[in-house]
Order: sequence, then C-alpha cells, then structure tokens
Amino acid sequence: MNTLKSITTKVALSLSLVLASGLALADELNLRAGVTEISKSVYDLHNLILLICVLIGVVVYGVMFVSMYLHRKSRGHEPAQFDDNHVLEIAWTIIPTLILVGMFIPSYGVLKEMYNTENAEMTVEVRGYQWKWEYKYVDEDYNNSFSFFSNLATPRAQIKNRQVKTETYLLEVDEPLRIPANRKVKFLVTAEDVIHAWWVPDFGIKRDAIPGIINELWAIVPEPGTYRGQCTELCGKDHGFMPIVVEVLPEVEFDLWYQDKVAEKIALDQSKKSQSDPEFLTVSSGG
Amino acid sequence: MSEVVHTGHHDDHDHGPEKGILRWLYTTNHKDIGTLYLWFSFLMLFIGGALALVIRTELFQPGLQFIEPAFFNQMTTNHGLIMVFGAIMPAFVGLANWLLPMQVGAPDMALPRMNNLSFWIMPFAFGMMISTFFMDGGGPNFGWTFYAPLSTAYGPPSTTYFIFAVHLMGASSIMGSINIIATILNMRAPGMTLMKMPLFVWTWLITAFLLIAVMPVLAGAVTMMLFDIHFGTSFFNAAGGGDPVMFQHIFWFFGHPEVYIMILPAFGVVSHIIPTFARKPLFGYTSMVYAIASIAILSFVVWAHHMFTVGMPLFGQAFFMGATMVIAIPTGVKVFNWIATMWRGSMTFETPMLFALAFVILFTMGGFSGLMLSIVPADYQYHDTYFVVAHFHYVLVPGALFSIIAAVYFWFPKWTGKMYDEALGKLHFWLSFIGVNVTFFPQHFVGLAGMPRRIPDYALQFADFNMLSSVGAFIFGFSQLFFLYVLIKGIRSGKPAEGLSWEGAKGLEWTLPSPAPYHSFTNPPKVS
Ligand code: HEM
Ligand SMILES: [Cu+2]
Ligand SMILES: [Cu+2]
Repeated sequence: MNTLKSITTKVALSLSLVLASGLALADELNLRAGVTEISKSVYDLHNLILLICVLIGVVVYGVMFVSMYLHRKSRGHEPAQFDDNHVLEIAWTIIPTLILVGMFIPSYGVLKEMYNTENAEMTVEVRGYQWKWEYKYVDEDYNNSFSFFSNLATPRAQIKNRQVKTETYLLEVDEPLRIPANRKVKFLVTAEDVIHAWWVPDFGIKRDAIPGIINELWAIVPEPGTYRGQCTELCGKDHGFMPIVVEVLPEVEFDLWYQDKVAEKIALDQSKKSQSDPEFLTVSSGG
Repeated sequence: MSEVVHTGHHDDHDHGPEKGILRWLYTTNHKDIGTLYLWFSFLMLFIGGALALVIRTELFQPGLQFIEPAFFNQMTTNHGLIMVFGAIMPAFVGLANWLLPMQVGAPDMALPRMNNLSFWIMPFAFGMMISTFFMDGGGPNFGWTFYAPLSTAYGPPSTTYFIFAVHLMGASSIMGSINIIATILNMRAPGMTLMKMPLFVWTWLITAFLLIAVMPVLAGAVTMMLFDIHFGTSFFNAAGGGDPVMFQHIFWFFGHPEVYIMILPAFGVVSHIIPTFARKPLFGYTSMVYAIASIAILSFVVWAHHMFTVGMPLFGQAFFMGATMVIAIPTGVKVFNWIATMWRGSMTFETPMLFALAFVILFTMGGFSGLMLSIVPADYQYHDTYFVVAHFHYVLVPGALFSIIAAVYFWFPKWTGKMYDEALGKLHFWLSFIGVNVTFFPQHFVGLAGMPRRIPDYALQFADFNMLSSVGAFIFGFSQLFFLYVLIKGIRSGKPAEGLSWEGAKGLEWTLPSPAPYHSFTNPPKVS
C-alpha cells in the first residue's frame, strides 16, 4: 500500500507539473482564440471538448495503467475469470451518450449562429484561382463593383533559400482584402477552376471555394489589424503558395479607401466607354 | 526416412506445395496466399514509407530544399494510396488468409482459385500505378482523395492508368471478400455457431460485407471520372451542369466505411492478444460483436463529416455531426471492454501484447481527436490542417499498422514453427512507439496553430514541430527495417515453437502443431 501511496503522490506531482508547464505553453500550442465573437465561441467549444477528452483520457488511461501495474503475472497476480458485468456495460454506454448530448447542444448553437448570414452590411465575392485569390466588392450599384487579384508576395529567392526569410514568409500578398471593422461583412466564396478553400483562422471561418457553387460566410471583426490565412484545399502545384491576407480598417478609413476605389472604377469605365463601340457598352452594363 | 523420398513424392494426404516460383504462381493454398499477401504488403509499406520520408525530408525546414511542389504532390498522393490500398488492406487480407481457416477449423479457404486470382491482381494494379511516375506529366498528384475537378479536367495524363489500377484493386478486394464470407459462413467446424466464432472471424465477416458494399461505389466514382476525362460527360464539371461536390459525396460514401475496413480487423486482432496475455477471457464478447456491427452500420451514415466545409445546409451539418458522435459510443465500448479484460488478469508483456496495449492507448487518442473533429464549428478550424493528419495517422499507424505488427509477432510461431527473438521484438516495439509519437503528436500542435495539410513549404512559426516530426519519421521508418531483420532472423534461426506457443492462448489454431500443417484441418475439429 505504501508503494501505491508514493506512486499516487508522484503521479499527482508530475501531473501538476505538466499542468503548470501546460498552461504556460497553452497559448503557443492551443488553437487561437481569434478576434471575432464567433471565433471566440469556437475556441471555447474547442477547449470544452478538449477538456472532456482529457478527463475521459485520465480516467480510461488511469484505470489501464493501474491494471498494468497491479495485475501482472510477475507480481504473482492470479487471473480472475469474469467476462461480463451488465451494470458496468450499461453504465459505459449511457454515460458517454449523455456526455455526447452535452457536447452536441452547445455545438449546434454555435453552428446555427455561424449560418446566420442575414443583415450583412456589405458583400465581398471571394474567388479562388490556380493560384491566387480574387476579391470583388459587390457594390449596391453593381456596375460600380470593383475587383482585384491577391497574389503571394514572398519572393522566389526566399522560398529557394537564397534570401533570409521574413517574419510573414509565405503569408504575405501584394494586395490584401480590405474590410471595415465592426460591420457585418458577407463573403460569397466560389472558384474559377478547381476547388480551393478560404480560411481566416482568426475569424473562425473556412469554406470551400467550389466552381459553380457559391458558399456564404460572414464576419464582424471588432479590432482593426492584419489577419492571415491560407488556402486549405489541395488545388494543384502551388496550393501552398496562395495565402489570404485580410486588412481590417477602422470604419472611416475603410470608407475613404472604398470611395477612392469606386471612383477609380467609374473613371476607368468612363474612359473605356468613350473609346469603345456601343456593343461593348451593352455588355458592361449587363454586368 | 530419407530426404529424397520425402521431396520426390508424397504418400500421405498432407501433400506439400510445388517447388520454386511456380509454387507461388499456381498456389491455391490459404497459407501460401496469406504469405504472399503479407510480404507484398510489407514491400508496399516500405515503398509508401520511402515516399513519406521524402515528404518529411522536404518538410524538415521551411523553404524548398529538395523537391519541387509538383513532385511533392505526387509524393503525398502516392504515399496515401499505397499505404491504404497496398499496405494496410492487403496485410489484413493476408492475416485473414492465414488465420480464418485455422480459426474456424477448415482445411482451406472456400474458393481457392479465386483466392489465387485476387492476390495476383495486386502486383499488376500497383505496378501500373507506380509506373505512372515515369510517364509524361507524372503520376497522380491530386491527393489520395482525388477530388474532381483537380483529378479530371486538371489531372495529369496518367490519370487513366490510375483509374484502371483502382478498378483492379477493387476487383481484387471484392473477390477476397466473397471468399472470406463464403469461408466463414460455410466452413465452420461443427458446433461453432456464429456467436462462438473468434472475434477476428467476426470482424472480418463484417469487414468483408463493408468491402462488397463500398468497392463498387469507388469503382463508380472512378468510372465517372473516366467518362468526364475521355467521353465528354460532365458528372463533376460545373461548367457542363455537373457537380464537383457530388464527387465528394460518392467518394466519402466509400471512404468512411473504408476507414473502418482498415480498423475492424485490427479490433479483432487485439481482441485475441489481450485476453491471451492477460490470461483471462475477453470481457463482453457479445457486446463486442454488437459494437462491431453497429460501427459498421453507422459507418454508412457519417460520410459527410469529411465535407463539413463544402457548404451543406444547417440540418445536414447537424445530422452528420450527430451521427459521427454516435459512432464514438460503440467505439468506446470496445476500448472499455479491452481494459476490463486486462483488469484483474495476470499480465505479461511480450511483444504482441506491447503492440496491442499501445494500440489501445494510441487508437483511443485518435478517437479523441476524431470526436473533436466531429464538432462542426470546431472542425472548421481543424479541417484540412495537420490536426486531421495527426488524427488519421493515430488511428492508422499505431492503430491499424500496430495491430498488424502485433498479429505478426503473435502468430509468427504458428506460421513458421519458430520463435522470434523476444528482446529484439521489444526493442522494435519501443523504437516504433517512440517514433510514431514523436512523428505525429507534434502534428496536433502545428495543426491547431494553423498549418494546412498537403503543402510543400510552410510559414516560419511551424518550423520547430515540423523538424521534430521529421526526426520521428526517420526513427519510425528505420525501426521497420529493423522489424524486417527481426523477422528474417526468427525465420532462419529462431528456436522451435510449441503448438500452444503462448501460455494463455485460446482458439482452434493453437490446437494445431507449429508450424501448422499445409492443409489446416483435414478433419473438422469439434467445438463445444
Ligand atoms: C471515434 C471515431 C472517429 C471519429 C469520430 C472520426 C471523425 C473524423 C472526422 C470528423 C474526420 C474529418 C476531419 C476533417 O477532414 O476535417 C476524420 C478524418 C479521417 N479519419 Fe476519422 N474518425 C474516427 C475514427 C477513425 C478511424 C478508426 C479511422 C481509420 C482507421 C479514421 C480515419 C480517418 C481518415 C483517414 C481521415 C482523413 C481523410 C482525409 O481527409 O484524407 N478515423 N475522422
Ligand atoms: Cu489550395
Ligand atoms: Cu470518416
């Protein structure tokens, strides 16, 4: 019994050590909480199920290790011969079922919230190409919608190890997607060629970009800043080289930028109009 | 008795095999075919493993050092395909061949000629698949899940050969399954009712039904690909009115049962080894059988948990989340039963037991991450990251593969009549155990930190864990070469084994001498 006691204290000690160092490391090793309400509730959900798994693990592995220690032949343990126990069997069917129900309910709640794309204040179409993203700001006046491509900005020399890699290696683009803080932005996700997937971990949103299908996502980002993600569906050779960068601007700043872009677009259309034939006009106004 | 008389002709009913290579080409014997399957899968393990080491070498550090992205994709794709279809599945068929007739008290498999055919298809299927590496445009590069349209309109020209290879593998699996079902249902010894069958037999009976149910679905998927590529159809081409998402539904309707095809026989193996070394009957035999059956049935209604990000409606997401969580219940029951079997037993820890215990511990880890992945909102964060890679490697490597290794050590004396070297076996275990965890445990962390899977290069914050992972992969890879050495040494110079090779072993196969006679039971044993 004495040995058992010393073992339990040792186990308790090392567990608390693991826990302490675990907490210190937790930030680095765990899922990120992100910056939106959704991503934070996903983070809470993640921590909840992780905790449940760890607790079940402690019990299951605990029993197993105790058995491996106590019930060995080398300690002269005689084998029992029982091979069922109905109470136990019913218990370990019912209890997990209850735990699962307990996990399902909050998960469904978060999921439902994620699916609520109503009342969006602006819409951006996200289109995947081999191997870049196109962002199109869908303006109320559709003719004034403007778009641009977002390409990997990391120089080839860094990838081929001829230059020192910078901190945002592979996570930087020539022109980021810009959205305003604190407004509900809807993303319409689709693709031109093969399937890609658009993921911004800090917003807690990911959706496949599929040719011929338009998927909806949304985010309200309270904090301005730069957020980075990557394509997460194998899409061919340069799948690893089509990052996503979203710059969240304060509302006023965003509005100024947006007006500029729309004005640019109108000016461009005008100059096209003045030099082109009527046929071209009908096409462009048809949208 | 002189040597010459013995090899010249046989006067007893237990006639031996032909000599030389013809023995293996013409054989209809379940043990020979089992041996062929096992060595073939071992070879595939090394080929698939070599590809994995190429991947891990490139991922050792950020930046592109050794290979180009296009080649990297061929590596990941063929690694997955070879391991799933070439290593794990044929290894279990090999075990089935060796063990089922012995465990049900039969002389051989029910359909021996078909047995020969189903094996000999395999080298051609894989020969064809591997030959695509040397074709223009390279081999398959679209992931082992070969999602359209990346694998159709955008696939390399060699895709047609890949499709044909998949057809061959499917034909082989279906023939093997028919044979297994026929053997189990028709050739059991008198008195062996269904509920007295050993668990390995049960798991394979159910696995065989799964295979027959889903291999044609896979064949349908690749055939539609073939039509899209060559005959102008648009099953998966949105521009022609088709639907790329439909490909994924069809693929995963095959694919999820497929992952259970790779784990149910493992459940069977472990359910033999743990009672043997705990010297105690298996706990909850009946509930084990029901758990396997319910896992198999449920595996048909969870496929879309691989597709939570394709944009299904809310109700669909909720349904597949719920159904997936339900699978955890029978899975849990199995784990609890194994632990209850150990409880108050009299355990010893020979190599097969070590692998079986590691199976229980590490497979359960994979079950935990599976449970986490079933939570849709969280899956959005995990999907297609290294977290998923960690999940399925935990269930497949220390899961399926460890059970196969455990089985090889466990039945080695029965197969060869020799004992492997226990100390070397244990060393092999510890190397594998350390290797597998060093490789795959850190992948949970890089996954959570946001590293996508299937990328040849990565951002700097993932560097440390990737390096660790690569080190682990080399440890693991080379410890399997060591396994080869342990086996060869055992076959060559192992000590002679007894009929009942393990003190606590139960079951008909242990009533036979070691090595088992060429035709296992020529007179059916009586089972009480
Ligand atoms: C408790 C049981 C299990 C649950 C709840 C579970 C759940 C899941 C889920 C939800 C995914 C999709 C993750 C994603 O792509 O986002 C997944 C992936 C996967 N699982 Fe499991 N799983 C379980 C057991 C197994 C077993 C036993 C195997 C095989 C032996 C397995 C093999 C795989 C594979 C191969 C994938 C990845 C396929 C791919 O995308 O390439 N899982 N699992
Ligand atoms: Cu991609
Ligand atoms: Cu699945």
